[in-house]
Parts: sequence; C-alpha cells; structure tokens
Amino acid sequence: MSVKVRYFAWVRERIGKPEEEILPPASVTTVGGLMDWLAGRGEEYAYAFENRNVIRAAIDRAHARPDTAIKDAREIAFFPPMTGG
Amino acid sequence: MIPTVRLQREPFDAAAETALLTRGRSDIGALVTFTGICRGDEAGEPIAALTLEHFPGMAEAEIERHVADAKERWPLTGVTVIHRHGRIEPGDGIVLVVTASSHREAAFAAAEFLMDFLKTRAPFWKQVERADGTSWIEAKKTDDAAADRWTRTAARREAAE
Repeated sequence: MSVKVRYFAWVRERIGKPEEEILPPASVTTVGGLMDWLAGRGEEYAYAFENRNVIRAAIDRAHARPDTAIKDAREIAFFPPMTGG
Repeated sequence: MIPTVRLQREPFDAAAETALLTRGRSDIGALVTFTGICRGDEAGEPIAALTLEHFPGMAEAEIERHVADAKERWPLTGVTVIHRHGRIEPGDGIVLVVTASSHREAAFAAAEFLMDFLKTRAPFWKQVERADGTSWIEAKKTDDAAADRWTRTAARREAAE
C-alpha cells in the first residue's frame, strides 16, 4: 500500500525533497522498520537516517514512536527534535 | 472559554492580543503574558535572523492538544497562543502565550506548561542565518527536562489519587 512521507528541517535537506509517495514492502510494519527501509534507499537517505535515535516521527499529524505500527497510516512524517517556542 | 490558537508569518502585537482577551470581562483576576523574542546572538555568535520551519496542520493540532490539556489541569478563563513561522529578525517576537485565570497560580503555571510543550512537542524548527551561512539549532536537553517535569507531576497526582 502506498503512503505519503514528509520530511522537515535537516531531514528534508539531507534527502533533498519535502515529500514523496513510497511503497514499502509488507514486511515493513513499524515506524522504526520504515526508517531502516528508507535508509537503504540511497546515500542521501542513509545520511538523513544515520542517527535514527534522534529522528522523530508523526503518523497522520500525531507523534509516533519507533514501535508504532504504520498500518492504516495515510501520511508519515520524519523530522529532527523540535526547536520551536 | 474558547482559546485562540494562531500560526502566522506576520508579527503580533502582545498588547492588542491581551486587550482582546480581557475586553468586557470581570472574571479574570490574573493575566500572564509570555513573549519569546529572537535574540541577536546564538551560542555567543551574532546572527542575522532565525527562520522557523513548521509542519502545517500538525503544529496547530499539537498546540490545541496542549491548550486542552492545560484547561483540564488549571481553571483557566482565557488562553491565546500565537506562533510565528518564516524569517524573524533579532528583536522581533517569535511566540506569544497569554493565560488568564481568577488567580495567579493557575495563570503562571499554565503559561509555563504551554511554553515547555511548545519547545519540545510542537513541530517547529529554528534555522540560524549568519553572515557566512545557515545552520539548524539543536534541541536542548534542558528543554526536554522542563517538559518532563509536567509528566512527572501528572504521574504523582495519579499515584496520590
């Protein structure tokens, strides 16, 4: 099932695009699994996800954890720790 | 009480926002206004500006979630949160949090609670612009610790009940 992914701040800069539609294999079931799969897509992805522990994620605009299931997600976002306020 | 939550590129007027919140009201005994301002230096180096990137849709949703949480924790009679995005120069406001209540304790605590969560949970990212290029500001551990203490108070409260 295809899903929209969005990237923000330096994750976006490293990957070189703000969003894309992806089609991960059925074996990818969690946010963390998706990061592993994305990291294998090329140098720019490997660079963006080199330190996976710091990358935050959101599913359908709500914070998600590495073990959150991505089943039924319409949109998954990856970004660095937030620095607003 | 209907809170005001707004994201905007334009500058805000803190005095006008508090006047709007308090106009015609006699139930407000305490009003706390916090304004976060762009400093002219970062890590000891002068900066030209900050550019704030945000995640439209999620940023509003996340702020509204925390405003709702604040309303459950304290007897608030008014809340305004305005967060800017885009390029902001030193001296200009970045974020405005206004909290109103009958008494000061709730207003002070809710303003601090909202700021702690804006810093760590609202999807905004600050990029520093210097004469020689740009860089992303790194999240501070002290900000995480500040947000964590509210989770700890909630856990303590639940344990006590």
